[in-house]
Amino acid sequence: MSAEPLSLPTAARPAVAGLSLLAALAVAAFLGALAIGPFAIGPGRVLAVLWDAASGVPAGSGLLRERIIIMDVRLPRAVLGALVGAGTAVAGAMMQGVFRNALADPGLVGVAPGAALAAVAWVVFGGVLGALLPQSVQLLGLPLAAFLGGLATTLLIGRLATRDGRTSVATLLFAGLALGALASAGTGVMVFMASEQQTREFLFWTLGSLGGATWIKVGLAAPFIIALVVASPWLARGLDALALGEAEAFHVGIPVERLKRLAIIGVAAGVGASVAAAGVVGFIGLVVPHLARLALGPAHRVLLPASALLGAAVLLGADILARMLAAPAELPLGVVTALVGAPFFLWLLLRRRAFVG
Amino acid sequence: MYEAQEARVTASGRVLLAGVSLALRPGAVTVLVGPNGAGKSTLLKALSGEQRLAGGRVRLDGADIHAMAPAALARRRAVLPQAAEVAFAFSVAEVVAVGLMGGAPGGAQAASRIDRLLRRVDLSGFAERRYDSLSGGERQRVQLARVLAQLECGEAAKPAYLFLDEPTASLDLAHQLTVLRLARAHADAGGGVLAVLHDLNLAAMVADRMVVLAHGGIVAEGPAAEVLTDDVLHRAFGVKVRVGVAPPGPFVLPQNVLPA
Repeated sequence: MSAEPLSLPTAARPAVAGLSLLAALAVAAFLGALAIGPFAIGPGRVLAVLWDAASGVPAGSGLLRERIIIMDVRLPRAVLGALVGAGTAVAGAMMQGVFRNALADPGLVGVAPGAALAAVAWVVFGGVLGALLPQSVQLLGLPLAAFLGGLATTLLIGRLATRDGRTSVATLLFAGLALGALASAGTGVMVFMASEQQTREFLFWTLGSLGGATWIKVGLAAPFIIALVVASPWLARGLDALALGEAEAFHVGIPVERLKRLAIIGVAAGVGASVAAAGVVGFIGLVVPHLARLALGPAHRVLLPASALLGAAVLLGADILARMLAAPAELPLGVVTALVGAPFFLWLLLRRRAFVG
Repeated sequence: MYEAQEARVTASGRVLLAGVSLALRPGAVTVLVGPNGAGKSTLLKALSGEQRLAGGRVRLDGADIHAMAPAALARRRAVLPQAAEVAFAFSVAEVVAVGLMGGAPGGAQAASRIDRLLRRVDLSGFAERRYDSLSGGERQRVQLARVLAQLECGEAAKPAYLFLDEPTASLDLAHQLTVLRLARAHADAGGGVLAVLHDLNLAAMVADRMVVLAHGGIVAEGPAAEVLTDDVLHRAFGVKVRVGVAPPGPFVLPQNVLPA
């Protein structure tokens, strides 16, 4: 690695430096998520506990309490938060690439609510089918249902907003808004008909939370999101070319329809797995890719990994706030992201009116 | 040889291209002229593979281009689009890098290559500028640099074809000539060129062969001196013109619009 920087051209250096910085930020947020809470644990002790656990030291005397809190409560929550943040942000960046517009956020245009609706439907009807299905199928059914819900919504939005090969951004946003509201209403109907803890359940699905994080949830979300993040760079060149226009992308040799299909499947995977694990957390998919573009440019080779790292950091930061602001109660995660994200969204609209022409 | 055989294009019942046959040869600059709505851009799109045909075929060295993988086709032909907006704030270098066909755009070699291409289109020092901050003419030349990058990445052994859709539309006189000179150089190096041009004088200057299109069909084709006649232009454009010859080539002075 030591010889590497010498061979890097000037243009690549800020990208490498920027990605390193974002990685450091994500690690810091991750450690913060383990350290901060009603029972504060110093960073030194956090690292000591992680080291003990990783090296197989039996949970013994000194740090027993810290170890239980970190390994059983905070670590699954932080890992899930990092996954959800990365998956949501990469899905956002990818969807914006496909629709060639920075406002095409899966949360904003109804994809995430669509995924939530499908997930709730699975919870409700999967419970009814419970006797028939083995438990593993029931568990895996949740992210799969959310994935299919997200996929169906994305395809529907694309169909509604595209006419004669041209995508209308205004239609995309308005149709997405309507579909999102409809899906949330459907979610509400099902939750209030089927659940005993209606309000809590409804808040989870519409505003998101990492409160129920378990290793099982981590295990269910991880394959989808890791696959998305790892595979996304292969679409980078195609998405860059697509920014020049669909015809231009075809001219430089991109199989445009296949690229769009793959990207939409990726968006649905990222959103579906995130929503199944943590509900609909708004604005991450909008704000994070935009900040990453401002800092490191729009080239997807850098933007996609940058969005993953920054998404993880921002979501973990938001979860820390969600746990701290109203302690000992917890705010829904979406409340915190909306507090920051909604003003940002307005600023974006006012600054770049041309986005919605 | 890159050829359209009886290419037919329709859009919502209207015939845009009524079975046009046209062969592009390596080493030659073919220029398409004709009035608005004659089907020039449609023919170019049909040849590039962007436009699906309602009938006929487009073949490259005998192979149907619609059966070719987009990447394989892209190694043999590049297209300079008419109007090019780029989503997001890409830099000039990043736009040109899109033409580098999977050659690592981050590499040092690529950076010097991009600089060299930008010099060819008279945009030295523009690499780090934002594309969306440029004027229409500058954008057009960035796109040209991208297209040249794509041609360089093509198959060296086989001729590559360059399609230009009104490449001079937003350019000043000097840069119009730059574009046409680059097109000429590509043909002289053994490639094929197809350009849609509005300016008949520029067309006459650069064309080895001119094709006059009207109402979705070819009205006349051949060397500029044979095609640019009072009669052909009258029939195609509905304008009374007199073609004169000021040494060394033909030029056109429009006089007045023909009463319908």
